[in-house]
Amino acid sequence: MVTDNKPSLVALNVDGVEYQVSAGANLVDALASIGKEVPHYCYHPKLTVAGNCRMCLVELGSPLRDRATNELVMENGKPKIGWQPKPAIACATNVSPGLHVRLDSPTVKACREGVTEMLLLNHPLDCPICDQAGECKLQEFSAEYGRGYSRYVDEKNAKPKHTKLGPRVTLDDERCILCSRCVRFCNEVAKDPVLGFVNRGSYNTLTCFPGRELTNNYSLNTVDICPVGALTSTDFRFKMRVWFLKQTSSICTESSTGVNTTVWSREGKIYRITPRRNDAVNDTWMSDSGREILREVDAAHRITAPQVRGAAADLESALTTAGEILRAGAVGVVGSGHQTIEEQRLLTHFAQATQAKAYVPARAGSADGLLISEDRTPNFRGALLAGLTNRAADRDLSALKADIDAGRVRTLLVCREDVTTLGLDATTLAKVRMVYLGLHNDATAKAAEVVLPALSVFERSGHFVNCQFRVQSFVRAIPGPIGTLPDVAILARLLGSVTGQPAAFDADSLWKDLAAKQPALADLSPSKVPSEGVIVDGSAWANLSFPEGKLLKFAPATKA
Amino acid sequence: MAVKVLERRPLSFWERTYLPQVLGGLRVTWRNILRPSVTLQYPEQRPTIPKGYRGVPTLVRDPNGREKCVSCQLCEFICPPKAIRITPGEIPATAETAHVEKAPKEFEINMLRCIYCGLCQEVCPEEAIWLQNQYSMTGTTRAEMVNNKARLYELGGTLPDSHFKWDHKKAESERQAGGHH
Repeated sequence: MVTDNKPSLVALNVDGVEYQVSAGANLVDALASIGKEVPHYCYHPKLTVAGNCRMCLVELGSPLRDRATNELVMENGKPKIGWQPKPAIACATNVSPGLHVRLDSPTVKACREGVTEMLLLNHPLDCPICDQAGECKLQEFSAEYGRGYSRYVDEKNAKPKHTKLGPRVTLDDERCILCSRCVRFCNEVAKDPVLGFVNRGSYNTLTCFPGRELTNNYSLNTVDICPVGALTSTDFRFKMRVWFLKQTSSICTESSTGVNTTVWSREGKIYRITPRRNDAVNDTWMSDSGREILREVDAAHRITAPQVRGAAADLESALTTAGEILRAGAVGVVGSGHQTIEEQRLLTHFAQATQAKAYVPARAGSADGLLISEDRTPNFRGALLAGLTNRAADRDLSALKADIDAGRVRTLLVCREDVTTLGLDATTLAKVRMVYLGLHNDATAKAAEVVLPALSVFERSGHFVNCQFRVQSFVRAIPGPIGTLPDVAILARLLGSVTGQPAAFDADSLWKDLAAKQPALADLSPSKVPSEGVIVDGSAWANLSFPEGKLLKFAPATKA
Repeated sequence: MAVKVLERRPLSFWERTYLPQVLGGLRVTWRNILRPSVTLQYPEQRPTIPKGYRGVPTLVRDPNGREKCVSCQLCEFICPPKAIRITPGEIPATAETAHVEKAPKEFEINMLRCIYCGLCQEVCPEEAIWLQNQYSMTGTTRAEMVNNKARLYELGGTLPDSHFKWDHKKAESERQAGGHH
């Protein structure tokens, strides 16, 4: 494996044309990097090589050398190529200098046709009811490299059609092509080796070990990597064909890992969330619990309309009332690691305009060492960069409680945090007039004088900064509830009502402001954040104690 | 531009009386009065529909009463005016056709949008949607013009099946039940 940043390039000859690819790279990946597709099922770039599907068979050769002199053997002025007598699998081949590959020869075509025919022998071909149709490798490669008709006259094997492997995964054994990706994933990544094959020949069947279930929090990744429709998500099964779904790049809000995700939605309804490959953050994985966050959108306790003193109100009058409350002075501000960096920047301006002290509470949870970190907010680092706070996340709000009890804080603006779980009880909250910009109808919403509906991560756009100080963008996938505004617009209105000046809340001016204030974000703007995110300098906060431990792609800085 | 002036021939005496034209028209009238009638007293009388006529799209059952649609949504995808809307559903494990696994929970065809192109019938892998000989759809509200699943099966009825592929599949899996044969 090449570990330095700039891998050295070597010549690779594909069907007579010379290309430059990274030395030592897997041949499937190397060919993909120059736009050549090698069909494969069992190979996965993030798992070990099994080499059992045989779909990636290619012809390999290298320049011949004279045994006595070690000189290149020339033929017609060119080095003579010694072709291996039999095809070899590309996935188990690493690129070596001068490697010659044939992807287009009759042998390779015959290999692919043969493998496809064998795979389709017992495949039920029930594409009309199979959820994988449209994103099925077997469907794609059969159309592209298959024979197009079947010579098989016998009855197909009948295998179990709906085996519940675990609470979230259902297996259709007839569709399985025995690539063993799921088995390797459970062994190597999830470290929960529960899957295996039983029986032999055409009775070879994927199953769970007796008495075990596929219950780990990464089980749905097996569904994602399954090249066919064998492993299906019990939740998404038979819900919607994938070709109707719009894909939107998003970021998982489960923890400060900042897992890259794709949100699949149709007409304002989210059907599923899948991981998006980012080799520096989450490889190609995400947790099952992170996929459940889509329930937040339609949750029964979701705040969908503004409220003033417990009664439903329109947004305009709620914002006016909130402005009146916040103009009264003696303000305290509670921000959140669930806010985007743009929202946190506006909240910082608000806190400065009202001379309020801002708190960003900690939301701690247990980590799993893979993709879920101890900090269960996606954007605490954003609060540091935006200037909302300059200390580690507040474990509770006892300082704010003391200020309220002493009468120093009489008005409160709370964003996205249920402060009743952070040490502010009902008697304390009764002493303040509170404006709550929140997602859930929780105890804080009940105690608040004005409740403004916040939008979920799927309904707004913005940037989160993960535990690596990596700025990552996410895009709105679905519209918010009717009559709501994005959080930045609401915060800009609240800021405008205390300063008397309308505040800009478009991404460009917010990022100009951020870049001007924060040296780490200088020269950065939304259009300059690539899809894999960009790491910014977080050394200014190196002395803060962050809760995160070691993760899949993150190691906490060792204190000098 | 050159203009060519045509001289209009003056009408003769007989032509000025208009009688030749009147008599010519009456000749056509009398000829048709004596011929058999070709018009239909619609709606009491209905035309015979030729084979392969593309009328209102309907859903059909197979001769055993199984609903053929498996809600693959290909018709919804191909439909040019986006008239079809399917809500997929799972067949409960206790049902007789549980081995088919999938059936539409709801199936709506908006006949205000449908252009009777027949692509849905052509694309259907299960031969479940057919444009049959129903040609007259009327309604007084927009909602009335949307055919729901129950109405589509009522319009479609049962069509003969030459495959019985799902029955065959079920029989085969029952034959192989219990492992190796």
